[in-house]
Amino acid sequence: MDYFFELFFGGLTRGSIYALIALGYTMVYGIIELINFAHGEIYMIGAFTALIAASALSLLGLTGPSLLILAGLIAVVYSAAYGFTIEKIAYKPLRKAQRLSPLISAIGMSIFLQNYVLLAQTSDFLSFPTLVDEFAFMEPVSHIMRSSELLIVVTTAIATVLLTLFIKFSRMGKAMRATAQDKTMAMLLGIDINRVISVTFIIGSALAAVGGVLISNHIGQINFYIGFIAGIKAFTAAVLGGIGSIPGAVLGGLILGWTESFATGYISSDYEDVFAFGLLVFILIFRPAGILGRTSSEKV
Amino acid sequence: MKRILCMLTAAFFVFCAGGAWADDVIRLGVPGAHSGDLASYGLPSAYAAKLVVDDINARGGVMGKQVVILQEDDQCKPEVAANVGTKLVSEKVDVVLGHICSGATKAAMNIYKDAGIVVMSPSATNVELTKSGDYPNFFRTISPDDAQALLQVDFALNTLKVKKIAVIHDKGDYGKGLAEFAQGFLIERGAKPVLFEGITPGAVDYSAVVQKIKRTGAEAVIYGGYHPEAAKIVSGMRKKKMDTIFISDDGVRDDTFIKVAGRYAEGVYATGPIDTTKSPMAIAAIEQHKKVYGTEPGAFYLNAYAASLCLLQAIDKAGATDFISVTNALRANWFDTPLGKISFDEKGDAKGIGFAVYQVQDGRYVEVGK
Repeated sequence: MDYFFELFFGGLTRGSIYALIALGYTMVYGIIELINFAHGEIYMIGAFTALIAASALSLLGLTGPSLLILAGLIAVVYSAAYGFTIEKIAYKPLRKAQRLSPLISAIGMSIFLQNYVLLAQTSDFLSFPTLVDEFAFMEPVSHIMRSSELLIVVTTAIATVLLTLFIKFSRMGKAMRATAQDKTMAMLLGIDINRVISVTFIIGSALAAVGGVLISNHIGQINFYIGFIAGIKAFTAAVLGGIGSIPGAVLGGLILGWTESFATGYISSDYEDVFAFGLLVFILIFRPAGILGRTSSEKV
Repeated sequence: MKRILCMLTAAFFVFCAGGAWADDVIRLGVPGAHSGDLASYGLPSAYAAKLVVDDINARGGVMGKQVVILQEDDQCKPEVAANVGTKLVSEKVDVVLGHICSGATKAAMNIYKDAGIVVMSPSATNVELTKSGDYPNFFRTISPDDAQALLQVDFALNTLKVKKIAVIHDKGDYGKGLAEFAQGFLIERGAKPVLFEGITPGAVDYSAVVQKIKRTGAEAVIYGGYHPEAAKIVSGMRKKKMDTIFISDDGVRDDTFIKVAGRYAEGVYATGPIDTTKSPMAIAAIEQHKKVYGTEPGAFYLNAYAASLCLLQAIDKAGATDFISVTNALRANWFDTPLGKISFDEKGDAKGIGFAVYQVQDGRYVEVGK
């Protein structure tokens, strides 16, 4: 039974990681129906920024939680700026183009950012320092779950709740939903949709950066390529849960994490991806829009 | 006039043949890839043979005879290699340095075997060439593909005295290949691995695999793959308070591993090639290459240098060029080469070359066993 719980919590952590990144995918898709392939790269840039900021700040003598929060904050602001800029450069000019064009533009942006970091930083793996000390109260269960894992799970939960509340009740959230339903109508009613889309990208990128910092802190190593693999898995999670739906992204992430963890634990890690993507195909056969996705008629 | 010219030409050819093919020379065949895509693997060996032969000839040759080189290009292609082998045999080579690629070597071996010619490759690593026992005339100055796995298994079972071993790999050619060899050796020695699994390279974390290793109660993990995944698995295990011994390969014996895994890297074992480039003979051989050819030597240069020395010295020591005398001399003697002091075992693999076990101690790799 202990083994089951170990796998359960391992899967929960992994799933929360996917979910945290998937939230950004799903938000952007919900508003402008674009699969933002550069999202994984924002996550990677967040991790790099946090590493650089943490190195600089620790030279100034900062340690512990204050270092994590400050480095994380810098990473969030910097990544949000990247998200904002990418939208302005790569997607906005193509908003009226056919749907394939921004998609290709997104893939191009992703490759560009990877190579940009590769050239500007390094192709090597870098060690990411442990920014969170082990919590004393986690000691008895530390063989099942570590503090850095708890932090990821809790952060994902808080982010999901806040995001849901924000979209449901805030003024900007309502504007977002309106834009998602019908851009032209929203514009006629006086909503500045450019601003709405920018805010969406900023929030999504900020979440990716938070993910980048926490996950790198948990794993302990980063390189320019981490965004690609994490991005693909998060994208899968978003599709699984129903792309465009916030709770769907989280649910999809968790299901994916658990599937991988239990498949590895009880069957074989050789088939980890086979089970994960097999499940995706299986669910899409019965629910083409994903678990919580709504099937809506194509808007023309 | 025409007739005289014809006769003269004929006489010239007879003379030439008589001079070159007289039995007062030792003929060293040097087949290998000297053109095409893989020429960079073969040419350094031809250069090495040339330097060694010039040296030996200047000092009076082998058994008082001069050594001549018969160089043949097989382009690393098995079908060409078989023709090259036939040609060399018909030209009455005494010993052969080559071939370069395992496939080409295999294709030509039966021809040499039937002719009773000793062959020594500087670079063919295929396990079967020596292990199968099919080619008693085959020797090599490079470690076979399974050498690292053998060393890892022997080190774990004999030096560390562990019994329960998990074998993990990254599903790649290199990692999975080594892991399969390790599994084979473990089963041979009656220590069947408690777990044999592949992981997905680049995955976010490996906590499930780590939990699985823990559940099997493995005392040691043998990992085949590269350092990024190794670093994740080791830190995952250490963070979960597991002190399982971690043994890995050349792909992990890299300073980046220590840099990334940090304090979790301490105590990790990894096998890697013995560093030979610092020995005086190796330095001299490299200098010689630079002086004659004006460049740094290429792939397998030192291996070929050592192989040429061993072959020619073995003939000198045996006082004959026949198969039995040369093979006995190769097995009975230790030869001074740029790779160190080497000899050959029953199967034809070199003793004294290959891999050593290193351990991370205070942030660097330290040799702990051979």
